[in-house]
Amino acid sequence: MNFWLVLTVNSVTFGGLLFLLSAGFSLIFGLMRIPNLTHGSLFMLGAYVGATFVVGLLGFQLNFWLAAILATLAVAAFGALAERLLLRRLPGDQLAQVLVTLGLSFMAADFCLLVWGGDPLNVATPAGLGGFVRVGPVAFPMYRLAIIVIATVVALGLWLLLDRTRLGAMIRAGVDDPDMARVVGIRVSQLFTIVFALGAGLAAFAGIIGGPILSVYPGLDQDMLPLALVVVILGGSGSLLGSFVGSIIIGFIYNFGQALLPELAYFVLFMPMLLVLLLRPQGLFGRHVP
Amino acid sequence: MSARLIALGIAFVALVSVPYWMPGDYYINVASQILFYAIFALGLNVLVGYAGLVSLGHAGLFGIAAYATAYMLQIGYGHSAAIVVALLVGIASMAVFAVLSLRSTGIGFIMITLALGEILWGLAYRWISLTGGDNGINVRLRPAPFGFSLTSPNTFYYTTLVIFLLSVAAMTVFVRSPFGASLMGTRDQPRRMNALGYHVWMIRFYACLVSGLLTAVSGILFVYYTQFISPQTLALTSSAEVLLMVISGGAGTLFGPMVGAALVVVVKTVVSGYIERWNFLLGAIFVAIVILMPEGLVPGSARLWRLAWRKMNASAKVPAPEGKP
Amino acid sequence: MSALTVTGLCKAFGGLRVTSNVDLNVEPGERRLIIGPNGAGKTTLFNLITGEISPDKGSIHLFGQDITKTPSRRRPHLGMARTYQIITLFARDTIIHNVSLALLGLSPARWNPLIDIKHQGHLIEHGRAALERVGLAHIAERPLAQTSYGERRRVEIAMALAQNPKLLLLDEPFAGLSIDERADVKQLLLAIPRDVTIVMIEHNMDVALEFAERITLLHFGEVILEGTRAEVVADPRTREVYLGH
Repeated sequence: MNFWLVLTVNSVTFGGLLFLLSAGFSLIFGLMRIPNLTHGSLFMLGAYVGATFVVGLLGFQLNFWLAAILATLAVAAFGALAERLLLRRLPGDQLAQVLVTLGLSFMAADFCLLVWGGDPLNVATPAGLGGFVRVGPVAFPMYRLAIIVIATVVALGLWLLLDRTRLGAMIRAGVDDPDMARVVGIRVSQLFTIVFALGAGLAAFAGIIGGPILSVYPGLDQDMLPLALVVVILGGSGSLLGSFVGSIIIGFIYNFGQALLPELAYFVLFMPMLLVLLLRPQGLFGRHVP
Repeated sequence: MSARLIALGIAFVALVSVPYWMPGDYYINVASQILFYAIFALGLNVLVGYAGLVSLGHAGLFGIAAYATAYMLQIGYGHSAAIVVALLVGIASMAVFAVLSLRSTGIGFIMITLALGEILWGLAYRWISLTGGDNGINVRLRPAPFGFSLTSPNTFYYTTLVIFLLSVAAMTVFVRSPFGASLMGTRDQPRRMNALGYHVWMIRFYACLVSGLLTAVSGILFVYYTQFISPQTLALTSSAEVLLMVISGGAGTLFGPMVGAALVVVVKTVVSGYIERWNFLLGAIFVAIVILMPEGLVPGSARLWRLAWRKMNASAKVPAPEGKP
Repeated sequence: MSALTVTGLCKAFGGLRVTSNVDLNVEPGERRLIIGPNGAGKTTLFNLITGEISPDKGSIHLFGQDITKTPSRRRPHLGMARTYQIITLFARDTIIHNVSLALLGLSPARWNPLIDIKHQGHLIEHGRAALERVGLAHIAERPLAQTSYGERRRVEIAMALAQNPKLLLLDEPFAGLSIDERADVKQLLLAIPRDVTIVMIEHNMDVALEFAERITLLHFGEVILEGTRAEVVADPRTREVYLGH
């Protein structure tokens, strides 16, 4: 009984982390119509940068949350720069843009190796959340529950952004019909930069928040990118609800799969993605077909 | 035209005489690697360059042929059986890939092939009872066709060279054939081709099989070269690397994939001795080519050369004196 | 036996009915013109006839054969050829290569991966002949990218004719052409022998009317009127459809 309970909580936690990772990927895919193959690297960059701030930089040790915010902003800025300097030079050429994100992922991965070396970095659980919460006979790590709360808060925040703000309305218009949006006067290329930066920031935030659980190591990007891909294909590109539901589902499939069918773990993970691409390419809640 | 033939002749002589002018076994081995990766790139180019379908899962097909060879040898079969089975497994896998991915084109095709490649990688990584997982499978001996042992770098190189030249010849014939023209037609105007009576799906499917054959051949050469196969060979980064080879060299050309393969292999093997962060270099080169010379190095350099030639000729012309006949 | 019979053809996209119960009967050798204001569903009707989209209801018969369920790629093999409003040819290739692709489309040789396409004498011969018909044989080796719009339109017609169709569907063949180019294309079309049945969609009335024997008027996906040129031109419903009164 305990086993299933723990597995369930871990699944929801992982789902929360996946949501933070894939919400940005989904927005980028929905608006710019490209699968951002740099997304895993952005997650990893956020984790490394955040971990560095936490562990101590130039003698300053930062509060975990402050470090997380700084890492998020830094990587978001990097994302904005990459979009403006590189992707914007290939307007409308989605294939070329995907290739650029691929090249960037190579560069980012090696950059991390250069700066932080090959050893994994452990990120200490932030102060106050290191304990356990007792529910009946079971003790859950407090931090894992905290992640669920954080993911929910961010989800709400994103939903408010998309649903209640002018920027959100413009993003939704761009996702639905970029040509029409341009005609109506929306500066779609500016939106691209904003959304790419937002996506990068979210991925980075997910990376550092996930640090205490996943730690930070070379290859983290290769582990996380396919998960973002699966979630967004399943949930549907450009849909926040899709990312949310997809993250939870994949969180469960991933954890239960590893526990119950270790030999077929990846098969079980990618099958839903394949089935969706074949049978319902727009995903559960998607706005359009990739 | 004859300049081209001379260049080809020189290249042929250079390739055939590699063991005589390469400074050592290490470099002969690099040459072998360039050749079988070039075959891999030629295979991917059939889809990327001639069919207009970008695959990010080809390392899975490359790897499955390698694993099939290693596995057959491991359970006691001889080289001929292992190679035949590997070719069949490779082509059959490609057929499955094709049926699933040809439902889409463009970005959809990229994602389905990516997913399929990841599935194969995941199976190689986790189906430990079959593949040994991360430990991989070792290949103890290289084959000895007709008594010639392929253990030495020289003999392996020459075998690879023969297969490479056959592949290039096959590709040359393919590109000039009516089927090649049909395939390129479906790349440029699929709707028009359909309206002209062509079976676009079937054409693409056959192209996939051709691609699968070349990929399987290169996978088999690979596993005999390294005498080892592990899941890393099927990872997304490996699929990205071969795509890099095709695109950096020039998709849709005959020499592009070969140049691209040489570029990537040289950076991975030789340059990596001097620059530790060669992946960064590879990524940077890729981004630069996609943005600045999207047609690839081979067509791009040819274009620049023609421009330079024209500029030289233009400035060399002396304007005619006025009034004189 | 009629060349083309369309019976009760219906097509809807979501709630929008683009083709409503269309009946069409074209006799062999006829020159039929389909007219109607923008959005009348003319090109959709062509797409249904060629099979690029499948009808919700109704049937299509080509020279007596029911082709309603035949895939679009098979219809050229049954004698149907078509040109498009927007010219989508093979810009990377030469004019003669474009025509060769049209010729190959119906030939089993198109599956052959072993022979050299440049050494197929009869293919090149037929290609040149097709280009002669449209007056472009002198620039056969020119890359398509270096041709004018009018020349491309003629290449497209050459490609359609190269397939020896029994039924030729022309979707706005005069669109985007200069006056001289229009005259060239008109001559071309008038010269097509009677063993080819022609159905044309056209907006350009002065050229098209000259060409048409019978006219079908479409509006909101329905056949409003059909008859000889004189009948349709004189009918008050024609004016109503175009001018609203």
